[in-house]
Amino acid sequence: MIWLVVMAVLFWLGTWAVNEWLSRRKFASHMLQRTVNLLIPLLFGVAILVLWEGFTRGLEVPRVLLPPPSMIWERIGNSLPILWADFQQTFLKAVLAGYVLGCGSGFLVALLCDRSSFLKRGLLPLGNFVSALPIIGVAPIMVMWFGFDWQSKAAVVVIMTFFPMLVNTVQGLSAADHMQRDLMRTYASSWWQTLIKLRLPAASPFIFNALKINSTLALIGAIVAEFFGTPIVGMGFRISTEVGRMNVDMVWAEIAVAALAGSTFYGLVALVERTVTFWHPSLRSRRT
Amino acid sequence: MDTKGKTIPVLTVISVVVVIWYACVVWMNAPFEYDKAERAGTEIGFSQLVSNTMNQERPVLPAAHQIADEMYKTIVLKKITSKRSLVYHGWITLSATLLGFAIGTVLGILLAVGIVHNQAMDKSVMPWVIASQTIPILAIAPMIIVVLNAIGLSGLLPKALISTYLSFFPVVVGMVKGLRSPDRAQLDLMHTYSASTAQTFWKLRWPSSMPYLFTSLKIAIAISLVGAIVGELPTGAVAGLGARLLAGSYYGQTIQIWSALFTAAILAAALVMIVGFAHSYVLKRMGQKPEGATT
Repeated sequence: MIWLVVMAVLFWLGTWAVNEWLSRRKFASHMLQRTVNLLIPLLFGVAILVLWEGFTRGLEVPRVLLPPPSMIWERIGNSLPILWADFQQTFLKAVLAGYVLGCGSGFLVALLCDRSSFLKRGLLPLGNFVSALPIIGVAPIMVMWFGFDWQSKAAVVVIMTFFPMLVNTVQGLSAADHMQRDLMRTYASSWWQTLIKLRLPAASPFIFNALKINSTLALIGAIVAEFFGTPIVGMGFRISTEVGRMNVDMVWAEIAVAALAGSTFYGLVALVERTVTFWHPSLRSRRT
Repeated sequence: MDTKGKTIPVLTVISVVVVIWYACVVWMNAPFEYDKAERAGTEIGFSQLVSNTMNQERPVLPAAHQIADEMYKTIVLKKITSKRSLVYHGWITLSATLLGFAIGTVLGILLAVGIVHNQAMDKSVMPWVIASQTIPILAIAPMIIVVLNAIGLSGLLPKALISTYLSFFPVVVGMVKGLRSPDRAQLDLMHTYSASTAQTFWKLRWPSSMPYLFTSLKIAIAISLVGAIVGELPTGAVAGLGARLLAGSYYGQTIQIWSALFTAAILAAALVMIVGFAHSYVLKRMGQKPEGATT
């Protein structure tokens, strides 16, 4: 069976060489260049999967340790209803509700902070401090307070997403410079008008940064909170019980779903960011 | 942002938080007291209610002084070797954190060096480094622990590996940015000296990446503590701050949960502060003015 390993390594070396060649070449057409830029990481990912498959099958690694990707894929196909139920419980209920509430309240408190410099000077250092703390530890307390169902997970997500949003929004609101604010003042615009027409657009790169950070934090918070007690459905629950039963392929299937959900969520936020902050220098260059 | 006069606002906010906390203690623990009084067939006065809610055995929300008391008991009074000492549990978590942080930092720097010097690696690895963070890695934590246990690896290393995975990302991103921070003119100057790639790296790229490195390290150490704590959850609550959290939630020991939580918070703050000091020290030695050196 050693030839499987050799084949996998050869395939990996081959894709590496292709990538090396592709990344050195300059393509005349803009479209072609973009496709190639997408192709390179894709090839790398495929190579990793092949390497994984080859090694686990070739060296006959026990299934309990690391199942080959093909087996995980098969498992995903076989247990779609369970995966969907878990996804619904964890992602559609806990993550989304917590994310909206946490980001929303963080944003509102940031607006409040902006009106009072005293509040801002008091809250901002604390917000920075709390962001560095292992907030995930409140999970058992939330489970105790709000019960086993998704509400307690949503509460953990709210706390985890609140502080990054607060800190980033406050920072973003001071991003518009003095000249621009003075201009708004010469137009005799009110605080609200300045906020909506100048300062929120100027703050949006910061706000989207927080939204992106929070999209991954939210999923982590919900899954880890499920380790502390949950009804018999949910991604975190499935992972912790199937690990106990040594059904590692099911765990990997759940992880694949989580990875897909996390990346899609992140991607969606990034897409919205691109359409909203099209004027930002980091995005402008790509459009030409 | 003006930095003057931060202390008074911060103290005000903290005291407001404490007042709200105590109000919540009374409010959230009151139903239990009413229940108890009703069963005993007595009425309960307000002052009695307030003092009772602050001293429950298993309160819904423990008061700050109860937590402080518990922390004093478990940190100072217990022997360090005792299983109930928070110093003992804290040390276990801390050692996993530091090991994971060290491996993660080295790995992150090596990857960043590779990415900066090899175009193919830049284009193929970098997107995956970013994608790897959209995966809720903490979800995999229990499996890594159990699987590594199955092949005979237990104790420190599996937990440290989770911390490694979490902490390498900020280091890679920060270091790639930092190693690329020298501008064209500086790189051209090195070129005119006919400096080799290695010389350019040690004399120009490495020193100019230092501020970026330390900023990432602060994030990395905080996040690797989180990794170590979560890594302790599935080991069946043997030892460590995470195990204290889990054991507390099993037996409804709220004071224990809160004191473990506060210990973790203090640990995190101390670690970030140490990195902050190292940051300002190194930059001072390099003759740069540290910016944002405070946590």
